[in-house]
Amino acid sequence: MTTATTGTKAVKGAVGTAHTRLEGRDKVTGAARYAAEIPFAELAHGWLVLSTVARGRVRSLDTAPVLGMPGVLSVLHHENAPRLDTDYVGMLGAPDPTAAVFQHDRVPHLGWPVALVVAETSEQAREAAEALLVHYEEEPHDVAFSAGRPDAYEAAGFGPAVTEKGDLEAELAASAVVVDEEYTTPEEHHNSMEPHAATALWDGGRLEVVDSNQGTTWVASELANMFSLDPGSVRVRSEHVGGGFGSKGLRAHQVAAVMAATVLQRPVRVVMTRRQTFSLAGYRSPTAQRIRLGADAGGRLRALDHDSLNLTSTVHEFVEGSAGVARTMYDADAHRTATRLVRLDVPTPTFMRAPGEAPGSFALESALDELAEKCGIDPIELRARNKPERGPVSGLPFSSHHLLDCFREGARRFGWADRDPRPGLRRDGRWLLGTGTAAAHFGAGAAPSTAAVTAEADGTFTVRISAADIGTGARTALTLVAADALEVTPDRVRVRIGDSDFGPAFIAGGSMGTRSWAWAVTAAATELRERLALNTGIPPEGITIRSDTTAAIGALAQKERHSFGAQFAEVAVDPTTGEVRVRRMLGIFAAGRIVNPLTARSQFLGGMIWGISMALHEEAVRDRASGGLYGADLAGYHVAAHADIPAIEADWVGEPDPDDPVGIKGIGEIGIVGAAAAIANAVWHATGVRHRNLPIRPDRVLLGGTAEAGTGAPRA
Amino acid sequence: MATAPSSTYSAITLNINGEKYPLSVDHRTTLLDALRERLDLTGTKKGCDQGQCGACTVLLDGRRAVACLQLAVAAEGREITTIEGMAEGEQLHPVQQAFLDLDGYQCGYCTPGQICSAVAVIEEHAAGWPSAVTDDVRPEAGPPPLTADEIRERMSGNLCRCGAYVSIVQAVARAAATRTESAQDTESTETTETTETAA
Repeated sequence: MTTATTGTKAVKGAVGTAHTRLEGRDKVTGAARYAAEIPFAELAHGWLVLSTVARGRVRSLDTAPVLGMPGVLSVLHHENAPRLDTDYVGMLGAPDPTAAVFQHDRVPHLGWPVALVVAETSEQAREAAEALLVHYEEEPHDVAFSAGRPDAYEAAGFGPAVTEKGDLEAELAASAVVVDEEYTTPEEHHNSMEPHAATALWDGGRLEVVDSNQGTTWVASELANMFSLDPGSVRVRSEHVGGGFGSKGLRAHQVAAVMAATVLQRPVRVVMTRRQTFSLAGYRSPTAQRIRLGADAGGRLRALDHDSLNLTSTVHEFVEGSAGVARTMYDADAHRTATRLVRLDVPTPTFMRAPGEAPGSFALESALDELAEKCGIDPIELRARNKPERGPVSGLPFSSHHLLDCFREGARRFGWADRDPRPGLRRDGRWLLGTGTAAAHFGAGAAPSTAAVTAEADGTFTVRISAADIGTGARTALTLVAADALEVTPDRVRVRIGDSDFGPAFIAGGSMGTRSWAWAVTAAATELRERLALNTGIPPEGITIRSDTTAAIGALAQKERHSFGAQFAEVAVDPTTGEVRVRRMLGIFAAGRIVNPLTARSQFLGGMIWGISMALHEEAVRDRASGGLYGADLAGYHVAAHADIPAIEADWVGEPDPDDPVGIKGIGEIGIVGAAAAIANAVWHATGVRHRNLPIRPDRVLLGGTAEAGTGAPRA
Repeated sequence: MATAPSSTYSAITLNINGEKYPLSVDHRTTLLDALRERLDLTGTKKGCDQGQCGACTVLLDGRRAVACLQLAVAAEGREITTIEGMAEGEQLHPVQQAFLDLDGYQCGYCTPGQICSAVAVIEEHAAGWPSAVTDDVRPEAGPPPLTADEIRERMSGNLCRCGAYVSIVQAVARAAATRTESAQDTESTETTETTETAA
């Protein structure tokens, strides 16, 4: 029995101080093992076979020749695969049946999983998968997304389908200035550097899955539901995750691996190829948005209409809630928002970094810039004049609203005051120069989580929580949070994450991970510290305190809770080649208390780089003839590379959330919000041409925003 | 699967990080899969398996190569350096240390490839190799200043989806400065560390 306590002297201040990542040494030496890198004896390799038609039925599969190939152990498909249950409601709603592989013969899109070939080696599995002949009954397909679809319908996602107040047409008619424009954003893909990978095995009556995901208890509960297993008999681990961005939930690879491990009774690993991720891992739907703004001569909004169309698959409904941006950002006497859907023969889209906010802010913040131009008002001043007092739709008060602080600080550092608002005036050799700005916001939420904190007999502390570190620095952040709550130095705290056996916790998503987990860790650690203060000693097995934040989070008052930010960009446009280069960029954010400035800066910058990539590069183009994507790989789908990214800066204004135990709001997504609009607004300032269709490709610049360039139609 | 030599398997010996690794490989096995699946050297990452992302960058005879486009049988006789061979015992390579100190990563999956690439970039630059953004490419001009733009150009074969580029460029510059100082033991303390600012 020792009498170690949290220390003789209270130690605070870990939160808010820069710390390098705890797993950093493992990451720079290659020692950190990701999902496909944990060795297992008797491991077999599964290779997914995807449909080559966009709509129809699997008539038959010639499995016999494939089963005779060297090393092949099994071919799973809709006629022999274990049956799954998809009639349940999971953490984020009803499951996307895309993950429930091999349950029927229907093919709803190109790249749909039709079989899994399992073999002794990955080379054998791949060869056999490519040799497997699948016969289809092909049906005509429709993958053509456009704003004018007559079959579009209003659909509610995580918010209502339609919100309306006031007489929109009357206010528009009475407005001194009107902006009425359409904006499009293309299909975009997450492309985390680590492709989805899972190894499944049965061990002593328990299903073990080593996976790459954004929430181990989430994936474990989905698997338990689908395979009708007792939740306690499923364990999912995910120690290191090579990026997620919304795409790493339950997907075909885990389900297929579990099926094969069950049938073969040996460990089976299934890894998606890069090309397979383009049809199996989700993506951001293209959007077609119409914004109508009516304002008085001083720029005060009288009418605001944000209407957004996106697509979904025929098997599952996913709404890219782009119109939700207007529900937070700007009020008007007449205010309408609507999200609409069209169902096509394509894969199901999903959450992708700032779902809704990223494309929605491009449209709305571009339109605000157009309104500022028409009113002859500085874009920042226009936003100041339209800062809402309460939630435009909810009517609730804001917990805090520091948008204008961000603009003020950003404008000062960016040199905004010196800007001549007239477009097309600045030149640097062959380059036209321009600057632009846009507002950013993202919801600040928390979700119930559990954690356990143990005071060990040797004077150290162990935190267990099924958090996920997908590159956010969560492991390090939670160590700092625990240290402050325990009032010890961080080197006495060991945080273990990425294991569903640690109990339910929210996912790394919605910018809510670190906040939700930190709340649970703080609750348990605080209680533990109070217990240790009684000096009752620590038994050899330690003292463990568990927390569950369900009640505390449920008791939060209803408010509009958001992070805010201001994005600034300077671009150079070559009118001869159509090339657009971002020269510098600055983002200032009011996003609650910053736990680890070193990694937070990285995360903000990463989001802004996503914004550059979205503005200028990213576009998955669907071929109407085949129904598949052109160039579904990292050559055909360009994400920003080193040479695309200049010196960019991110910083923040201090703004602890008063309703959070640590003051956190969440920072994972806001960095991308508004970034593409700031760049598009800068391109207008450089050239005098509005670009309302992303990405701002060289051909679109050369066509100067003419109707032909503005259709949003794919290159052919 | 260790299998006897046949028309589709060969017994080879790979020289990796100064050690000899005898193994029998399927002729189709890439160097990347041999490292990851057969030799448990999983530090080299598979991001695309088709030469587009740079995550599997290793050094072959000191020069960068993507291991996914190299057959294992063709790598016999080459000096292969992977991320596992960069540190000297507990002492990190200056590039590794700079990535760690400056947060030149987020998820870490592209990191081994970025580091292997950066180590080679610094050597290529010191040897006077020009890049697409080098102004004066005459051999007598010598190495151009290792500016941020030079680093970005030379590192562009390594994608980072988390968007850690800003810190990676700073890390490469810092490590390159360390090399210059230790190589020349110069009195000059001026470094090439990026001092660009956005605002």
